[in-house]
Amino acid sequence: MEPLLVPRRPGPLWLLAEVTYRCPLHCAFCYNPVDFAQAGPELATDDWLRVIRQAREMGAAQFGISGGEPLLRDDIEILVGEARRLGFYTNLITSGVGLTEARLAALKEAGLDHIQLSFQDATREANDLITNTRTFDLKRQVAALTKAAGYPTVINCVLHRTNIDHLDRIIEMAVEIGAEYLELANTQYHGWAFLNREALMPSAAQLAAAEAVTERWKAKLGKKMRILFVTPDYQSKKPKKCMNGWGEVFLSVTPDGLALPCHTARMLPGLDFPDVRDHDLAWIWHESPLFNRFRGTAWLPETCQSCEDKEQDHGGCRCQAFMLTGNAGATDPVCPKSPDHALIDAALAAAERPATTRPLVFRDPKASLSLDRAF
Amino acid sequence: MTTATARPAINRLFRFQWEPAQQAHVLLYPEGMVKLNQSAGEILKRCDGRRSVAEIVADLEAAFNASGLGADVEAFLSMAEAQNWIEWKDA
Repeated sequence: MEPLLVPRRPGPLWLLAEVTYRCPLHCAFCYNPVDFAQAGPELATDDWLRVIRQAREMGAAQFGISGGEPLLRDDIEILVGEARRLGFYTNLITSGVGLTEARLAALKEAGLDHIQLSFQDATREANDLITNTRTFDLKRQVAALTKAAGYPTVINCVLHRTNIDHLDRIIEMAVEIGAEYLELANTQYHGWAFLNREALMPSAAQLAAAEAVTERWKAKLGKKMRILFVTPDYQSKKPKKCMNGWGEVFLSVTPDGLALPCHTARMLPGLDFPDVRDHDLAWIWHESPLFNRFRGTAWLPETCQSCEDKEQDHGGCRCQAFMLTGNAGATDPVCPKSPDHALIDAALAAAERPATTRPLVFRDPKASLSLDRAF
Repeated sequence: MTTATARPAINRLFRFQWEPAQQAHVLLYPEGMVKLNQSAGEILKRCDGRRSVAEIVADLEAAFNASGLGADVEAFLSMAEAQNWIEWKDA
């Protein structure tokens, strides 16, 4: 039996509920697993309510609701309401498709704190191309609705080779909409984005130009609209401490009930992913082999053990290490000290070649089933 | 901006609450949390958009049986404004 007075590590601070893999968009840069269509049945409302209560009891304060497109479930008002009642800060991460005036009113009534709306590009043509849908006008209408409902307008736009040259127009559009906050997230190459990496990765010149455009707008807008430019891992010289450390603050639950220490960990082989229908979150967080597998720094490979930055980066992203080297326990190849760093250089060199001829593979259930692969 | 008649309020981008697991007041915002020390918590608790800075100072001095807190409160509020935690209502 465990001694009663040994202080336990803190629980998760942030619970992300990925309530469904279903999505009306088909974005080629989606980080969802490529084999999402093979996932098991979605959790029932009561399962989610139990997860929310357990996470709050453990001290979690952030409740994110995402997907897929969460609005495709008809119970998110119930989940938000319970989370808010328990004291969570509640954040809906949505494409906006399905956010009608009535639904927005119900979510507001339930106590929803925040809405993060994704835009894919600044023009109808480009937005609709990358998402393989016709959704641009609808998104602008949704942004106006949420603003009218009193929510700050917070927009996320994923940047990649085919929209990054429109950044000036994207920022201008965010200003027109009256956004208070714009996150410009360069594509991270997970899931569908990894599959489409060659077609999505911008050249170094494109990236530098985008940073310059961002700096110019930042200086012009000041506090009126905050802009966060998230640099892509591949082009960074330093690996990132993924999710602020494996099993340190973040717990995500997939639509079919698997608890994960990061958004994309279910692609990792040889790990047993605990199901929230079989275990409570306290056991999953503290005891499960999965959450302890890459916790802390004791497991790090030699390249990292002897590195003075190991506490800062914990060896980088496990999924990236696995996708690139086949070994989830390797140093993230993004790190210049990684023995596999040549893989990154090769990908960057490929991005310098003229436009790729490889077609984009869009994220949809049919492609998911026929590809039959995790990433 | 921190004049004695200006009325600070928590910026709507943040939610201020007591967090039992932290045993502290916190500011919550999307995907993040600021854990506040006791004095920061006591000041922000009073930033309701109705009370002026002078009233907040007087209230704190009464509650903690102290005097001369004005400079500390104003310094904190300047920092809080720079962090975007508070906004000002017209006096």
